[in-house]
Amino acid sequence: MSQARGRRRLRPAAPPALRRPLALAGLAVIGAWAVIAIFAPLVAPDNPLAQKFTILAGPSAGHWFGTDELGRDVFSRVLFGARITLPLAVILILAAMIIGSVIGGVAGYFGGWVDNVLMRLADLVFAFPGIILALAIAAALGPQLRNAVIAVVVVSWPSYARLVRSLVLSARSAQYVVASRLLGASGVRILFTDIRPNAAGPVLVLAALDIGNAVLLLSGLSFLGLGAQPPTAEWGAMVAEGALNFNDWWVGLFPGLAILTVVLAFNFIGDALRDLLDPRTARAVRATGTRLWPMRCCGSSG
Amino acid sequence: MADALLRVERLSVALPTRTGYHKAVDDLSFAVDAGEVMGIAGESGSGKTITALSLFGLLPHGARVTGSIQLDGTELTAMTSKQLRAIRGRQIAMVSQDPATSLHPILPIGTQLTEHMRHHLGVSKPEARSRAADLLATVRIPDPERALRSYAGQFSGGMRQRIAIAVALAAEPRLLVADEPTTALDVTVQAGILRLLDRLCRERGLAVIVITHDLGVMSATAGRLCVMYAGRLAEAGPTAELLTRPRHPYTRGLLDALPHPEAAGAALVPIGGSVPSLGRVPDGCPFHPRCRYARPSCATDRPEPGPVAPAHLLACPPDPLRAAS
Amino acid sequence: MSEPVLQLSAIAVEYRRGGQRVRAVDGVDLTVARGEIIGLVGESGCGKSTLARAAVGLEPLAAGRVTFEGRDVPHLGRRRRPAYLRGLQMVFQDPYESLNPRRTIGELIADGDRLAGGTRRDGLRHAAELLERVGLPATAVDSYPHEFSGGQRQRIAIARTLATQPSCLIADEPISALDASAQAQIANLLSELVDDADLGLVLVSHDLSVVRQVADRVAVMYLGRIVEIGDTDTVWASPRHPYTEALVAAIPRADGAGVLPVDLPGDVPDPASPPAGCRFHPRCPIVQDSCRELDQQLAPVAGREIACHVRSRSAAPAR
Repeated sequence: MSQARGRRRLRPAAPPALRRPLALAGLAVIGAWAVIAIFAPLVAPDNPLAQKFTILAGPSAGHWFGTDELGRDVFSRVLFGARITLPLAVILILAAMIIGSVIGGVAGYFGGWVDNVLMRLADLVFAFPGIILALAIAAALGPQLRNAVIAVVVVSWPSYARLVRSLVLSARSAQYVVASRLLGASGVRILFTDIRPNAAGPVLVLAALDIGNAVLLLSGLSFLGLGAQPPTAEWGAMVAEGALNFNDWWVGLFPGLAILTVVLAFNFIGDALRDLLDPRTARAVRATGTRLWPMRCCGSSG
Repeated sequence: MADALLRVERLSVALPTRTGYHKAVDDLSFAVDAGEVMGIAGESGSGKTITALSLFGLLPHGARVTGSIQLDGTELTAMTSKQLRAIRGRQIAMVSQDPATSLHPILPIGTQLTEHMRHHLGVSKPEARSRAADLLATVRIPDPERALRSYAGQFSGGMRQRIAIAVALAAEPRLLVADEPTTALDVTVQAGILRLLDRLCRERGLAVIVITHDLGVMSATAGRLCVMYAGRLAEAGPTAELLTRPRHPYTRGLLDALPHPEAAGAALVPIGGSVPSLGRVPDGCPFHPRCRYARPSCATDRPEPGPVAPAHLLACPPDPLRAAS
Repeated sequence: MSEPVLQLSAIAVEYRRGGQRVRAVDGVDLTVARGEIIGLVGESGCGKSTLARAAVGLEPLAAGRVTFEGRDVPHLGRRRRPAYLRGLQMVFQDPYESLNPRRTIGELIADGDRLAGGTRRDGLRHAAELLERVGLPATAVDSYPHEFSGGQRQRIAIARTLATQPSCLIADEPISALDASAQAQIANLLSELVDDADLGLVLVSHDLSVVRQVADRVAVMYLGRIVEIGDTDTVWASPRHPYTEALVAAIPRADGAGVLPVDLPGDVPDPASPPAGCRFHPRCPIVQDSCRELDQQLAPVAGREIACHVRSRSAAPAR
């Protein structure tokens, strides 16, 4: 067993993921939005639904982001919008991840006709461009925020299913899985105790990168009138209003920027997570975290 | 030995690691004559492969080399990469452990041989082809003409290693470095390769350096032996003498760890502890933590190789208590 | 030596290669008793690893059957392995692949107990004991496989199988991937365990010297068949089958005498089209005309069995 001791002189050539400014910026941005979402009623200067101000007034000291065509404070609406977009995106991705992982895991482990049926189902969803299918589902279910969420979940789960299936397929023939089978482990147990820890990483990375997508899809649906309904302050819907009031640029720009910052932030976090979980750079990261590079990994055996 | 083909003197190779530069090879000296087979023995982590690579100038990026490597009087450490490229293959060639990776998987064997030949010797294509066929016959590949048209994947491990040897010999080098040439092979196949190397050495006056941890292989092929530990020379001398009357505790430990014909049924005797990794080499004698005969001075005084008999070097202070083996 | 714990009867294992059915193992009988170590040796392509895998149920049988403690060992398809086979375990060759990199050592070893219905706490406690049994500190339970060397990992893998209190272990090249020191240590450990726990052990290895040191009996395989089987000392001291002779003569001795080992000309034939009659005849130094027609069968000679009618003077009709 190696106790890592040694001089703290590290080679500058290895960039640890935790030091990546982009990932930290991403975390900071999401953290900020999370705080805003929680404390919106306390932080926002005005009621997001109150239509009492001057219509379409540009950004000013009293209204940092101006007002929209119904006289509502855009700044307050943007802040309140976080309360919808952020939690929904996270819930949405969690749902897609769980559903997709279970389906993919079962398909990969048991194979045969089960695998065929499940994967053809996934292929069916993949056959359509995401936004089109989400649109169709949301429209069929009715214009409601809840239905938009369902639509995006339906569109998102197959990516996880495919990923988990391929991870399970490769893990299935791994010797440690064979060893577990010889000890008498059942298929389900192997999936959960042996394969899941190895699959969790890539799935989480996919999820982190996918949240950005989910935000875009959700906002897109709202933009098209199929998600959040007026007068709810939701960013996508606000951008739609902005499209109608093009000359009054502040109405659409600020909600658009909000979407942009959230999506970018999640992308940066996802990239960093991917580097973190890549076995080759993972050691470099752990090395800077709590302990130094354990020398034993440098090739001695015996 | 003033006319040695290869003379290595006080070679040290330091490699960059997370904790700074550490010596993978430390003050190593040896010489090889034409027509002789010399062995470099040691476990993994002993520095033997780095030594081989340093002869070719193929060290990892950032490695620092001090000392001298002279091939027929020419200093290799002072050469540019262009000069080294001219030497590799033509004067010294290497055969490594895994024939699966040392032969090109997609080019026909004939091409691999002829290209090599033509590049270094400048012969015409038909001439190269005929020489290639001869080489394959020399290494006992059946049906050489057909073999020239075949691909690496169509041959067994042993055959591929023979072909790798043929490729190494294509440009008629004077020194062949074989790094664990038979470790990956079955024992009967290994026997064939060892006999081949022996014959080539005798017939062509080739100098061969065999690098392996297998003392049986050393005993069968090498006339002289260098035993390395943690980058340093532990003992060097005639193989017969080192294997029957080992002086260095490490050499003795290696021999004791081998299954013995007389002691069948008894437990094997491994050397306690493990080889120190790069950067963790103990002060003083690197072997002292694992050595049965270690004295307090072994932890501080670094033993230098000194002669204990004609052509027999030992890096261990004399001790009357363990004079007899 | 007690009654057999593992019995292989007329085992044949096939695989498909480009539409052809190739027999990796073709008619092998083997018996393992508790407290004995059987070495299974042979060179590449002889089928010893396939045989080892078939013995634990990892390969479907084309013929014959495997019996463990009197009960049939079925092929491990998709279903859970039956509980009565818990006592039959395997140690794999690659210590870097046989341990799940993302689970702690304690969890890995505790699997044995937990899969038998035990609690996690008991499993971990037992894991600590087993680690000490194999020569590692009990504190290793919280560590991960990558923190250990190859030899140490192999000990962990062995500890893992011990958690099921096995009566028979199949070790498929357990030391080939290790350094010389570690090889000796693991070989010794297996030997001790066989004595202490009265295990039956099948030790598959291409390293004849180690098998010779540790095994009570040895079986030599060539092209899917056993060609010689008997007590290790007997077989080693005076091998009777020409292939065994060649194997023994090919081992270089570290005696400083400078003697080159004897080589065996020719190559191992393609298992898809084995030679007619005796499979070894194209390379055999004592080949006779009858060898090209008559197949081999194991027959007793000088205290062991060999499949060579020339030496054992027993002929079998061609199959």
